[in-house]
This record gives sequence, C-alpha cells and structure tokens, in this order.
Amino acid sequence: MMPDKKGYYGIFGGMFVPETLVPALKELEKVYNKEKRSRRFRDELGFYLKYYAGRPTPLYFADRLSARLKGIEVYLKREDLLHTGAHKINNALGQILLAKRMGKKRVIAETGAGQHGVAVATVAAKFGFECCVYMGTEDMERQAPNVLRMKLLGTKVIPVNSGSRTLKDAINEALRDWVSNVGTTYYLFGSVAGPHPYPLIVRDFQSVIGKETRKQILDIKGRLPDYIFACVGGGSNSIGIFHAFLKDRRVKLIGVEAAGLGLGSGKHAATLCKGSPGVLHGAKSYVLQDKDGQILATHSVAAGLDYPGVGPEHSFLKETGRAQYASVTDKEALEAFNLLSRLEGIIPAFESSHALAYLVKISKKLKKGTVAVVNLSGRGDKDLGNLVES
Amino acid sequence: MNRIEEKFRQLKRNGKKAFIPYITCGFPDLRTTEKLIPAMEKAGADIIELGVPFSDPIADGPVIQFSSQEALKKKVNLRKILKMVSGLRRRRTQVPVVLMGYYNSICAYGEKKFLRDAAKAGIDGLIIADLPADEGKAFSRQAAERGIDVIFLAAPTSGAQRLKKIARLSRGYVYYVSLTGVTGARKELPPGLREKIRSVCRLTSTPVCVGFGISKPGHIRSLEDAGDGIIVGSAIINIMKKNAGRRRRDLVRKTAEFVGKLAGALTGACGER
Repeated sequence: MMPDKKGYYGIFGGMFVPETLVPALKELEKVYNKEKRSRRFRDELGFYLKYYAGRPTPLYFADRLSARLKGIEVYLKREDLLHTGAHKINNALGQILLAKRMGKKRVIAETGAGQHGVAVATVAAKFGFECCVYMGTEDMERQAPNVLRMKLLGTKVIPVNSGSRTLKDAINEALRDWVSNVGTTYYLFGSVAGPHPYPLIVRDFQSVIGKETRKQILDIKGRLPDYIFACVGGGSNSIGIFHAFLKDRRVKLIGVEAAGLGLGSGKHAATLCKGSPGVLHGAKSYVLQDKDGQILATHSVAAGLDYPGVGPEHSFLKETGRAQYASVTDKEALEAFNLLSRLEGIIPAFESSHALAYLVKISKKLKKGTVAVVNLSGRGDKDLGNLVES
Repeated sequence: MNRIEEKFRQLKRNGKKAFIPYITCGFPDLRTTEKLIPAMEKAGADIIELGVPFSDPIADGPVIQFSSQEALKKKVNLRKILKMVSGLRRRRTQVPVVLMGYYNSICAYGEKKFLRDAAKAGIDGLIIADLPADEGKAFSRQAAERGIDVIFLAAPTSGAQRLKKIARLSRGYVYYVSLTGVTGARKELPPGLREKIRSVCRLTSTPVCVGFGISKPGHIRSLEDAGDGIIVGSAIINIMKKNAGRRRRDLVRKTAEFVGKLAGALTGACGER
C-alpha cells in the first residue's frame, strides 16, 4: 500500500522538514488516519461535497471537439463546474473538517493560480476560521480576479516578494509562518507535494474525481477509457483522477506538464520531464535544480503549473512507468484554450488547457474509436485578463 | 575523537561553555568568510557554524535569507566551501567547523562523495535544517564512519519522547532551538527557556547548545546556568550587513569585535547537569 508507514512511495516522499514541524505533521497523520475511518467524518464531507461544492460533476461527451479530432471520443470531467471553479475545493473541504476536529482557529495556505487560495478562503469563511493565504507577487498580478475573491471572502492575502515570486516562494513563506505559529495554525496544503502526510491526504480527498469518472464512463460506454489526460503542476488533479485507475493497467495515464517557452529554453516548469530527484518542500521527489542543488526559476503561462517540484507519488508513477509524463508549450496550451472555447462553449483554465492540448497534439496518432478522458480541472475566468498579453 | 568532542572536553576541564557563532559562507564573499574564521576563533569562538547558502531556506528568517541570496549571487557552492576550509586546515586553523544548511545541497553533491570530501577538507559536523532525526539516521551513521558528527535539532514542540530520541541520535552536540519560529535576532527570549534547556540536558550526556533568537550579551547572561553552549547567527550577520560597505579588513575586525563581546558574556560551566 502506498505510501508506506513513513510516507514513502518507493524511494520518494518522506518528511524533510525542520524539527519544529515534525510533531505537528505526526499529529495530523494520526488525526487523519482516525477520521478517514469515521463514518461521521465521511458523511459530513460527503454532505458538503454534494450540497456545497456541487458533486458529482458531469462526465461530458464533447461531441464537436471529438468530431474535430476525427474519430476520437473525448470526455471532459467537469471539475470546472464546482463551486469556486476548480477541483481545489474537494481538498479544501476535507482538510477544513480536519482542522475543525484538531481545534485550530487559524488556517494558512499557499496559492499559485489562486484557485487553491480561493477554495481555502471559501471554506475558512464557511467554517469561521481566520485565514491567511501566501501568494507570489507575480501571481497576484496575473491572477488578480482571484486575489479580489479571496479578499471578499475575508482572507488576508500576503504578497511574497522573494525568489521568483511564484508558487515555490509562497510555499516557503507559508512554511515559515507555520514554523512560527504551529500551535494555533492549520496549514491547509493544496497539492500532493510537501511532507508526509500531505501527499496522502490531498490524494485521498481528490481521488473522488477518479472514482466518479470510473463509474460514469462505465455507465456511458460500458468500458474503461483508453487514455486519461490531466495537467501536472504539484499534481493534485492528476493524482485525483489517476488513482481509481491505477490497477486498470490498460488505461493509459498521461500527466501533462508545462513546457513554457519550450523544454530547451530554460523557461518551463516540466519537473518530471526535465528534472532530477532531490528534496524540496519536505519531500524527496523530482525537482528542477542546478548542479549544486539550487532550485531553478520556472516559467509557465499557467500560474498553477509554474512550480519546480512535483508530488512524490508522481515521481513514483514515472519511475514505475504506470503513468507517462509529457509536456506542451504555452502556445499549444493557448491554442487548446481557444479550441475548447469555440467548439464546446467551455472556457478552461490555462492549467487544464495543457491536458487538452496534449490530447490534440497526439490525436492524429491515436486509433479511431479511442476513448479519452480529459480532466478539466478548472475554469478559465481567472485567466481572461492575461489573454491580451499572451 | 574529533575536534568537537575534544573541544567540549577541554571546555569542561576549564569550567567554560562553548560560544558558537554562525556566519553564512560567502557573505559578502568567500574571501571574507575565510578571514573571519580565524579572526572569530581568536575573538573567543569555540566552534564555528558555516551556513551553506540554499535557494529556498524555509527555516530561516529575513536576515539569513538575505545573506544566502547574496552568497548565491557570488556562486558559492559546497565544492568551493570545502576547498576554503581545506586551505584553512593546511594553515593550521584548528577550530571545529560545522556546516549548516539544507539537505538538497548534499543530495545534489552526492551523499557519499560529500562525506568523503568533507572529511578530507576537515569538516567536523553537519546541521541540516530539513533533515529531522527520523529521516537522518542512516546518513548520520555514514557520516560517523567518516568522523563527522550529524547534529540534530530539538525544538520546543518536540515532546518528551522525541527529545529522548533526538538526544540519543545527535552526535557532537544537540542543537536546541530556543523558540517556535525561524532564525533571526529577537529582542527577548521566550519565557521558561532556561528550564527547557535544563530538562533536555538531563536526558543526555551529549552537550546541549542553544540557538535561534539570541542576539545580545544580556540574553547570553540570562542562560548562564543552562546548557553547554550558545549559538548566535543573525545578530552577527546584521553586524556584517551594517559594515558591508567597508574594506574587508574593517568588516572582519568589526565582526570579530562583536563576536568577542558575545563570547565575553559567556559564564558558567559546560557539562553541569
């Protein structure tokens, strides 16, 4: 069973954090292991997922896109239809219920695209927590609508000006806050990266995506899909949809990273495609780093993918070959963004556009009748301001 | 017996505690670090902690973040640091040197290769901020084979059982983190610190040194009857920042003077339990 007792997925994972945080992570692990078996906890989470967030989300047959891709059947898992506009709410709801049970009064979070930040700000408002979200100033500029949303929800957005002023630096600052306020504060981590038990907790809360998808495609098609495509930044929506299919060896799982201006340009965020194993933000996993182990600056048009690390379970799936990882450039992602908007009337997030773009890219090589599921992890409203610039 | 153990024996014999300054290697440049090591020794430093700059220092406050960034601009890396220390050892500098940094720097160098090269260069100990005792057991064993002590950190949040484990696994000394927070000079130390240090001391015969937040002679005096050593980092870097515009010789002199003042405030004996 993955992970093992110490939070390892093969050689990846673990708990590489300052000692100050170790007791808090062990406590979180204990509480989580207890609650996930509790009927009351599961019922409560189930209630909020259904009536507050809007689950289950549809698995939608994109007929005009399918026709364009000549003979490939494309199904979209519509996480973009959830309250707050992305899959992030699944995890935020789960973890805020843990925070409540742990008696914490304050939650903190990091955010890149702002979708996780908005999800946390939302559940903090709903459940009466004080909330601070750390966000790189570069991301605050390019995802301004989400900054405004968080503020409206009563969250304090703390600008992070260090390093590349993106997600990596926001996580650094959130960790420093947590080191300083660990007694009163719950760190609501947003991805399947970070120290154990976060990769496990976030995966479990996001795996509802794959569980629904599996049932839905069996209902619609009477068989499992041939391919599942999902974008990978830290990797939560992809692990979420992959997980229910891990044992179905014939379902090909494709994670799509951000190639930015191109893999050769040095301006990308394709951690699994171009990185190497290292230790960042509490876990051993693939990392984009130089030969001295300094973490490299990244680039992607999608703030949610603009991260030099990745969840340890993805590194494990890459090593074992169970999932494959590819990348598409900013330009390819934007083309897919336009394509879906025009053909289906669905405006996807720049992040999710990467998953779609890779399907479009390889569609000519796929057999007729191929059934492909794309995890449409979020909607694109937040990105409209950037369209002119990009 | 390595230099750290030897040093604590000697201090115990003389009825003294250890004063341990921390400076970021390569701030403002590597040459200054090289000059500062013997100058701080002369000013009363018993052991010297050298920060290895890392791009994402999550346990550090703004001052050490800044010095690390500046050092990285100068392209300082482990290889250059080892070379510098090795040069000092050839010139007979015998003060124990402990490298303090983050695990990824060592992973990227290659753990085995690093331990071999570090031992050869004359490094005596390692403090790795994001390698807690649970994850660092095997690495610590490998380091010990090379005569290098891996020093683990203990924190105010560590419960009694963890403290015992950390005290058992830590070699050279136990680094007791005075406060729940990141590195950085504080105006006041947390209440009850003396008692906490003494309770850690009772768990182990390994020396216990305390760091984080300590910034002035008054702090040091207030810990007179607790622990075996005092670590000061950010307060020293602040002095260096203030004097960064001066000639190297003056920067080294001013910094050593400050270290001397702090070391002079140290009273009480090491090894008292």
